[in-house]
Amino acid sequence: MSNWQTLESKGISSKIPKGSVEDKWLGYKEDLKLVNPNNKRKFKVLVVGTGLAGASAAATLAELGYEVEAFTFHDSPRRAHSIAAQGGINAAKNYQGDGDSVHRLFYDTVKGGDFRARESNVHRLAEVSVNIIDQMVAQGVPFAREYGGLLDNRSFGGAQVSRTFYARGQTGQQLLLGAYQQLARQVGLGGVKLWTKVEMVDVVTVDGKAAGIVTRDLVSGEIRSHSGHAVLLCTGGYGNVFYLSTNAMNCNVTAAWRAHRKGAYFANPCFTQIHPTCIPQSDETQSKLTLMSESLRNDGRVWVPKDRDEKRSADQIPEEERDYILERLYPSYGNLAPRDISSRAAKRSVDSGLGVGPLKNGVYLDFSAAINRLGEPVVAERYGNLFEMYERISGENPYKTPMRIYPAVHYTMGGLWVDYELMTSIPGVYALGEANFSDHGANRLGASALMQGLADGYFVIPYTLGNYLAPMLNKPAPGVDHPAFKEAEQAATARYTGYMNIKGTRSPDYFHRQLGKIMWDFCGMERTKESLEKALGEIPALYEEFQKDLRIPGDMALNTTLEKAGRVDDFFQLGMLLCRDALEREESCGGHFRAEYQYDDGEAMRNDEEFAHAAAWEWTGDPMQSIRNIEPLEFEAIHLAVRSYK
Amino acid sequence: MSHIKNITLKIWRQDGPSAQGRFETYKVDSVTDEASFLELLDVVNENLLNDGKEPITFDSDCREGICGTCGLMINGQSHGPEKSTATCQLHMRKFTSGDVITVEPFRASAFPILKDLMVDRSAFDRIVESGGFITAPTGGAPDANLIPIPKPVADAAMDSAECIGCGACVAACPNGAAHLFTAAKISHLNLLPQGQAERYKRTEAMVETMNEHFGSCTNHGECEQACPKSISIDVIAIMHKDYRKSKLKNRKELARNK
Amino acid sequence: MAQVINRQRGPITGSATKARKKQPFLLDLYSTSVGKKYVMALTGLMGLGFVLVHMVGNLKMYLGREDYNHYAEFLRELLVPILPRTVLLWILRGGLIAAVLGHLHAAATLTKMNREARSVKYQSARDYQAATFASRTMRWTGTIVLLFIVWHILDLTAGTVNGGNFVRGDAYNNVAHSLNRPLVAAAYILANLALGVHLFHGVWSLFQSMGWSHPRFNKWRRHIAGGLASVIVLGNISFPILVLCKVVEVHA
Repeated sequence: MSNWQTLESKGISSKIPKGSVEDKWLGYKEDLKLVNPNNKRKFKVLVVGTGLAGASAAATLAELGYEVEAFTFHDSPRRAHSIAAQGGINAAKNYQGDGDSVHRLFYDTVKGGDFRARESNVHRLAEVSVNIIDQMVAQGVPFAREYGGLLDNRSFGGAQVSRTFYARGQTGQQLLLGAYQQLARQVGLGGVKLWTKVEMVDVVTVDGKAAGIVTRDLVSGEIRSHSGHAVLLCTGGYGNVFYLSTNAMNCNVTAAWRAHRKGAYFANPCFTQIHPTCIPQSDETQSKLTLMSESLRNDGRVWVPKDRDEKRSADQIPEEERDYILERLYPSYGNLAPRDISSRAAKRSVDSGLGVGPLKNGVYLDFSAAINRLGEPVVAERYGNLFEMYERISGENPYKTPMRIYPAVHYTMGGLWVDYELMTSIPGVYALGEANFSDHGANRLGASALMQGLADGYFVIPYTLGNYLAPMLNKPAPGVDHPAFKEAEQAATARYTGYMNIKGTRSPDYFHRQLGKIMWDFCGMERTKESLEKALGEIPALYEEFQKDLRIPGDMALNTTLEKAGRVDDFFQLGMLLCRDALEREESCGGHFRAEYQYDDGEAMRNDEEFAHAAAWEWTGDPMQSIRNIEPLEFEAIHLAVRSYK
Repeated sequence: MSHIKNITLKIWRQDGPSAQGRFETYKVDSVTDEASFLELLDVVNENLLNDGKEPITFDSDCREGICGTCGLMINGQSHGPEKSTATCQLHMRKFTSGDVITVEPFRASAFPILKDLMVDRSAFDRIVESGGFITAPTGGAPDANLIPIPKPVADAAMDSAECIGCGACVAACPNGAAHLFTAAKISHLNLLPQGQAERYKRTEAMVETMNEHFGSCTNHGECEQACPKSISIDVIAIMHKDYRKSKLKNRKELARNK
Repeated sequence: MAQVINRQRGPITGSATKARKKQPFLLDLYSTSVGKKYVMALTGLMGLGFVLVHMVGNLKMYLGREDYNHYAEFLRELLVPILPRTVLLWILRGGLIAAVLGHLHAAATLTKMNREARSVKYQSARDYQAATFASRTMRWTGTIVLLFIVWHILDLTAGTVNGGNFVRGDAYNNVAHSLNRPLVAAAYILANLALGVHLFHGVWSLFQSMGWSHPRFNKWRRHIAGGLASVIVLGNISFPILVLCKVVEVHA
């Protein structure tokens, strides 16, 4: 037991409203300070990142009348990685009449998160989930429909109701395009200034409050300052710290990390999610892993052969020689057990030598039962594009042979610590979507990431931001000529010229791969004290090598190697913090599995006595010396219980 | 897993938008057939960097064929030889040992080359900004099930909505036209009941913005073949019909509001 | 549309707020490529109607000199006595000339636009997947057809290149005289093949350009184009062939 300080004692409040969990958001909205419509244009809001959270926030704030500047490092906001989400988006609509409710979605999310999320935030998420569906349908998102013309739902891991709305296997794409179109409209109308191919490299604070950001233009290499009254970081997660993940190539932690270095606490970095249904790695040149939607588990059955030396092809193995691992271990949820539980079951099988495929690094996901029951056309209707995608990547036809899947890093529940208003510990700097830590606890349920990104951007920040801005009316904000901006610009220039001047021998990719391997081997799906200490020994050494032996050919203008170098640098620092967080959290919960803390049957052993809190790390100048503060989590509406899916 | 050996790559290198470009030749001794085409380029880049040379600049992000960031002209075809597949999902098993593969950037005046194989496709955003949306400010939406939409209509809208905005259609079009991109968005929104109020305003604005940047459609059908989402050129006919109607209807509106 | 970015890197905003230049309605419509394609399609349709009727009318040749010349005279006497002789014929000719000019202007401006849309061409060979020989050669087949029309009018309407035997009003003999020259017959056949290729793409294309699309019937559009092109070509090239085979002969 360490002497962690609570955030409260450091003068940082979670700002959780009073009242019962059902009344908190309503009560908050009634009490919050408003900015008059005519005064909104006097406030400038900088939105960094234009994925679901960023695009929806930027569009909505511009509609309200704020002056908005949006920044994306892509060539278009439509490229954000939200686009790759496949399965769907949850909402407590209860259109199927199967007993769903706001409370049940709230309950499932808290339980699914293994009781490490803040109740008040989760309840708000469940409340606004219904508005999201209304909003997206009004924008023209072509969700799947029944023949009667009403919206269709499917069920998803961790839930016993059908509450997931979907658009084929491209739900994320359709939602992102919806938000992007709304943003594009505001860009067209002049409500939003959109910067493309621009990366945020620092947050600027004046008197401890947000004053703006510093960016690097990826095309010209120019370093620029932008001042604003508030900064919204909607910059996604940090799964790429593992090198191989289902994140896009350019996903990075830089914006969040730079804010952290300026005083924003980083919460629960060790809560990383491993997605059970990805295509196993096939060779050493592999640059990323591809996820197959979790919705496949609705009709696919996970199994491995019972015999370690099985040589036959899948269809030659008779029923009685197969082990349907999830159905056997978790009869009530079966193949729909939550992600962390399913992932570990697969890992245990592969580790014990029962893996399938040429590298014996996967488990089967078999659709033959569904095809026999429903017929190939129905299965094709549900999963056709996923099957095609699988065939394109693996060269195998999943209608004939079972898919091979294996878990991969997919999502990060941890992120910048935020209070109830989504404000980080730097006043005026907010974090939305995957970039914050608030809603998913130690594990995120399927189809909840889209829900959270849109909830934060559409229905939370438009309210909470006004509460911060209202008292600042007519008080001048520091401009870009303030010394703090000049200082940050110089630091950014020095940083990037620094990379160029190392003139070593190795690429940023080389270091990223090495870092990723350490992270995955010692801090991946299963962690131990020894493995984490090993990682914490190896990462700083590798980091030192990175700082001495990096090579960046070319110049400071458009240079993708240079971009990568900055991102890998930040991943190194985050990696250390992540391992330290994992080391200090001496329990297993959700995506964080410490092998020392498990029951005899291999289930996670949570320690609510000591760890029913969020860890909020404070930057001190060295990630190995960061200070761990805590926000105790109180469970009023839901009793702490062992998370069982049996 | 087997290996593809002895590949010769002829890759377009260009230092900047106005610089003179040229093809450069690179040899790759061996790569597994499981590798994607972009992973092959990763290997070439790693080798270039190790030799102290500047890696080839190309765009890619999700590498799952959905974000639309990647896009190369491979052996004279947008996204290469595999149908309905973005460059990132093209795997080396589609090639054979000894192949000579020529790689160029997507070319169109509206897609200026930033460097090497990376182009700027922001002209697409201008088209969407001009009308590729349904005006639905946050907060005021009615219940999602208020308007039933027949499944075939929703499905047809979804077929069009699948566009990933990669620009392969423009790149493949002998005329550098963006009709498939524009029409896919128009058809997605114009088919849905929610999109009716702005249907004709949208169509006119989008077509006319498209016209400022891109060429004309002569119905070759190359775009459909190049499209990683196999969007049918039927959507172009829908756009042509709605543009005609929109000109007449908007003219009437204009006269009425005088 | 040059291949250069000189603009300062900056944010995009207000891109949809500038008002478009106001022009008279038809010019406005014609200012976009889609509008120009309507003109291509409609003038093409007029041309198609003409070549089809022209071919069917000329089949009268097989009924003999009298019937054929009677048909030619009938055309001059269309709507007589409401209109004086040849007036309607000239109105139709005027319409066709306007169509040809419209077709040419649209084609020329669209071609220019397309060239500008890709100011730097691909530097390696393209591997076309869907574009057909017909679609790729519209400019050339169109030019051949245009040159042929000019020559055809000089040959059989004005009579200046008919070989010195031209007798106004004796269409039958004029045709037979003209096509009896093997080189002329060969040019005639070639030009009609070019016309067929042009129609094969043009007819299908006009459905697309006009937005005449129906999921149930779309597959028929290619067949209609192929069918019409074949019928017209077969009908038209039967004339020189039969003249050369002496089935149609000059009557003294």
